Formats: sequence, C-alpha cells, structure tokens
Amino acid sequence: MSKEDNIIEIKDLSVYYLTVRGYVKAVDDVDLSIRRGEIVGIVGESGSGKSTLALAILRLLPTMARIMKGSIYYNGKDLVTMEEKELRKIRWHEISIVPQAALNALNPTIKILDHFMETAKAHGIRDKEWVIERSSKLLELMRLEPERVLYAYPHELSGGMKQRVLIALSMLLDPKLLILDEPTTALDVLTQRFIIDLLKDLHKKTNITMIFITHDIAVIADIADRTAVMYAGKIMEFGDVFTVFKKPKHPYTKALIKSIPSLIGDVNEMKSIPGTLPDLVNPPKGCLFSPRCENAMDICFRKDPPTINLGDHLVKCWLYAKEGGSQ
Amino acid sequence: MSTPIIDVKDLKVYFPVRKGIFGKTLYVKAVDGVDLSISEKGIITVVGESGCGKTTLGKTIVGLIKPTEGKILYKGKDLRKLNKIEYREYRRSVQMIHQDPFSALNPTKTVYQILSSPLKRWGFARSRAELIKKVSELLEVVGLTPPSDFLFKYPHQLSGGQRQRVVVARAISVNPKVIVADEPITMIDVSLRIGLLDLLLDLRKRLGTAYLFITHDFGAARYFAAKGGGSIAVMYLGKIVEQGPAENVIHEPLHPYTKVLLSAVPVPDPELTRKKKTIKLKSLDIPSPINPPPGCKFHTRCPESMDICSKKEPDLVEVKPSHYVACWLYTR
Repeated sequence: MSKEDNIIEIKDLSVYYLTVRGYVKAVDDVDLSIRRGEIVGIVGESGSGKSTLALAILRLLPTMARIMKGSIYYNGKDLVTMEEKELRKIRWHEISIVPQAALNALNPTIKILDHFMETAKAHGIRDKEWVIERSSKLLELMRLEPERVLYAYPHELSGGMKQRVLIALSMLLDPKLLILDEPTTALDVLTQRFIIDLLKDLHKKTNITMIFITHDIAVIADIADRTAVMYAGKIMEFGDVFTVFKKPKHPYTKALIKSIPSLIGDVNEMKSIPGTLPDLVNPPKGCLFSPRCENAMDICFRKDPPTINLGDHLVKCWLYAKEGGSQ
Repeated sequence: MSTPIIDVKDLKVYFPVRKGIFGKTLYVKAVDGVDLSISEKGIITVVGESGCGKTTLGKTIVGLIKPTEGKILYKGKDLRKLNKIEYREYRRSVQMIHQDPFSALNPTKTVYQILSSPLKRWGFARSRAELIKKVSELLEVVGLTPPSDFLFKYPHQLSGGQRQRVVVARAISVNPKVIVADEPITMIDVSLRIGLLDLLLDLRKRLGTAYLFITHDFGAARYFAAKGGGSIAVMYLGKIVEQGPAENVIHEPLHPYTKVLLSAVPVPDPELTRKKKTIKLKSLDIPSPINPPPGCKFHTRCPESMDICSKKEPDLVEVKPSHYVACWLYTR
C-alpha cells in the first residue's frame, strides 16, 4: 500500500504520565495507520489509553503527560516534532477534536454564536458574515435550527443538542480529520442513535476521515469501517470491523465481545473477564493481557508478543506468531 | 399467591416548581400512577430514558421520598400505617445501591468503618472482633478477597469496580429482603459489568434478596432479568407502559415506545446492527413532565397513534401470559 493512502501514520508512539509512583505507560509502542476517508473506531475500557492516543495526535495532552518516543505523521509531516506555531495551523483547520465530556465543554456565559466567533477569531478569521453563514450551514447539517440555536446559551439546550453543536463547531474550519472522543456516551438511547446516524450522514456527504473513540463496542459495530482494540496502552487487534467482530483473533477481543450484555445472543454465553487491568506503572512481564487470558501460554508471561499481520488484520498475540506472519 | 414484599399501588410523586416569583406552583409529575409488586426473590428491571421517573420510583420505594398519592405496601401493610418498630424493619429490609460508587462512599472512612457502621446500628455485631469477622465475611461474599487486603483501605485506593462491591456489601450487610439498584454498573468498567450483575444474582440465590434494578441500558436490563427469570418494565413519563418476561419484552415488544427504543439500540454485530431499521418517532423531544399530553402520554411521538390515543389514557392490561401493555392497539 502506498503512503498516500494514509492520512495519519502513528509509529512506535509512547505517551507516559508522570506520577509520584513513576511513569504510567498510558500509550506504549503504538503503531496505527488511518486511511483517508475511513471511520476508524478505537475501542477499549477506561484506562486503556484510547483518549490519550487521541489527544496525543494534536499534542493536547495534560501537562503531566509526555510523548516519550515515536512519531505521528499527518500527510507526511511529523506532528510530534512540529513547532507549536505550525501545529496551530493544523489544529481545527486540518484536524479537529470533539473532546470527551463534551457536554461541559461549552462556555455557559456566552451564546452559541460567540463560540463560533471566538473559534474563528483564534484562527485568524474576523469576517462575521462568513462565520454566521458557515455555522448556520453546519448546524443545519446537524439538524438544528440556526436561528434558534445560535442565539441560545448552552443551558437552554439539551445534552444531545449540545453534542451536535460541538460537532458543528469542530467542523467550522472544514477539517480533513475529525476525532470524536466518546461522542455518544451519557446520551439516551434515542439521542445516541440520532447522533450516530448524523455522523454517518456527515461522513457520506463530506467524506471526512473520522477517529471514533468509545468503550461501547456495539456503537463501533454500527459506525466504523475498521476498528482498533486497545488494552492497557497497546493495540491488541486492528482490522476491518466485520472481520474483527465475526472472526476476532485476539483472546481479549473475543472476551470483550462476550462481556457485553446485549440484545442479541444467548445471555448464558455472556461472561465478564476475570481479573482487572494491570498496573501501568509496573506492568507485568510479557503480554499485558496474559494474567487474564484464557489461552495464555508460557511465552506470554515472559515476552511481549509481536504484532502479527494476518492480511490487513493485525493481532498482537503469541497464538499467531508461528503462522507465517510478518515482522 | 403469597403477599409481595413491596406492593406499589397507583403511586404518584410530584415535585413542586414555581415559574416566576408570583407564578403558580406547577408540579413535575415524576411518577404518575405506577403499579408494581416485588415478590420474594423476584426481579424487576425498570428501563427508560432519563427523566422518565425510574430513579424517583426507586427512591420512593426505599422511603427516601414521600409519595404524593397512592400507597406502598410493605408485606401487605401501608407504609404510613407502620408502627415505629415495623417502620424500622422496613427501612432495614429495603436497601438501595446508588449509581455512582465514587460519591456513595465517605472518602474519610476506611472500608471497615463503612461496613461496620450499619452492623453496629442494627445490632448485628458489637465487639471489634465480632465486627472484623462480620465485615471480612461480607467482603468475601462480594468477592473482595482476601478481606485483609481491603479492610483498612480508603475508597480512593480502590478501583470503580471494587468500590461498587463495597457498596453492595454495605447494602447486604443488614440482610435486606429487597435491594433497589439504581444503575449500579454504569460507572464501572465494561469488562467487569457482567461480573457485578452475576454477583447480585448470586446473592439472591444465597440470601434470597429480591431486586428492583433500574437502568437505561436495555442490554443490561435483559441480562439481569433474563438470567434471574424476572421481568422488564418500560417506563415513559412517569408510567409503566409495558411489563413482561425479559426475553418476551426484548424479542416481541408490544408497546410502540418499546419497539422504537429497541430499534435504536446498536448491537455488537456489524451486519445485524446495520440491517436494523430504526423506527422513526413523530418528534424527538420528550414532552415536559409538568404538562404531559392528555390521553396516552406517548401519542405525540407515537408512529402508530390513533384518534382515541389523544383522548383517553389506556390501562396496563395483560395481553399475553404475564405480558402487560398500556396501549390502545391491544385494547378496545
């Protein structure tokens, strides 16, 4: 595959948090390539590093976090080493993020229109007419009434409306990549469905690339083209969403799918994953999932498994190491 | 049939709100005519969107909120007519697990202090040796082993899942007959959710606890009710619109509202979830519980509403064995 296909290429990325106990290895040795125009779902439990990975792309990490090594190429330019001044031209213009807990992300003291105005101003656009026109168009795309919403304060809007306003706001400068961190969490069933359908629609109309981060695998199954399964700071499996769900390879993916109480399947076959996430300050030796893994072998407790390529389907597991994979 | 432990009859809970300084007092009709009975070892899961009144229903059943109208019977006796001793027994027998395990535990107290306090209060143990023994037993029951690792820890030293187990231990410490569990798994890790539900089901087997399980998550509602042989009740604007055996409600829903909700829930199978046809509502906005629509409260959004729906409110009637629905499509 030629390099031009990828909008983002993350290589060997490690992001650690400095705490009194030592470094928390939130993201460790992650490789991930995202193709132009696709929706990639990143799924994982809390503490798996999925939000950290997203924030690292735009270098919006909290102060105690450090990118220890690796690179993030956006159209061939490394965002990790890029100067802050240049990065500012990429944020919002090229790559935009809808942060987690977005419902509290709006300033309660100013109107929605002012959020659009301030954003535009911060990026050097002072044309008020343009902002009104552009924001109205985006709000309409999100099925909101611009006349009503633009002049409302955040508290006058429901949770689902605020979430849609934030998606519209993130689209203000026509980015090529949209990162959505838990955009449907904490929303009701019907609002969640509405937002999922809106995002699918937005994707169809603009062909924007999306990184969709969530802990809810059912949402991933619904919206993503490809999905990466993260556990303890590492990507355990990455592939086409149909393959990953229908023929999961990694024992963690298999266990995760079984651990979700859902509307389909036999309830007697659902079960939780025993044990808890490893301590990321002093992670166990070998594969980080080995203490909870049903298929763990001797080697799993000794050596971190390589990532095996099973034909456009990556698995980080010793079970597949012999079967002629690359790397 | 034996007397249910909790019998809720035409329960109404209204909260006063005032619009403007001189405005008339209006009422938010959080619970507006609910009938429900929880039998010994029974399981009922209540599902609904936020604002449907499910938490208020739960809190009223444990006695944290006073009903505006209607009554709650504990072992056949009206709560308001219980004498002091009986009331104390009711408060002990009906316990609650709150949604957020982070705020439900006092951060300045150790696990031992948290769990020994109700034991002392209700006279289950007195001396320190006795208390430590009892608390250790509780920790073992909820899977926090070995207990010595947890006894003198503070809540902040525990993970979300462990905290929720402490909350469960506290609820069962006084041998309750009924536990009202309000979204107990929402705040804990995905891979541990079923573990906690299994723990609650296991406690029912061992201690005979009945549950009123409140959730917005249909998957969790199905799992808990189906595994425990219980029923699912769907709430909308303060009323139960459908109630029936878990798998029947999930796979053969009757009420248009239940059908709409179920059609919107994504499932962890890319093929199935993309094939699902979402049933469109006439309006996405929930009407205000201050001024709910007349007749069937769902008729303003219902894709199948008829003339009668806006005029008369349908009763909850049994249309299939043990499967109740409040909808004019099934009654005449």
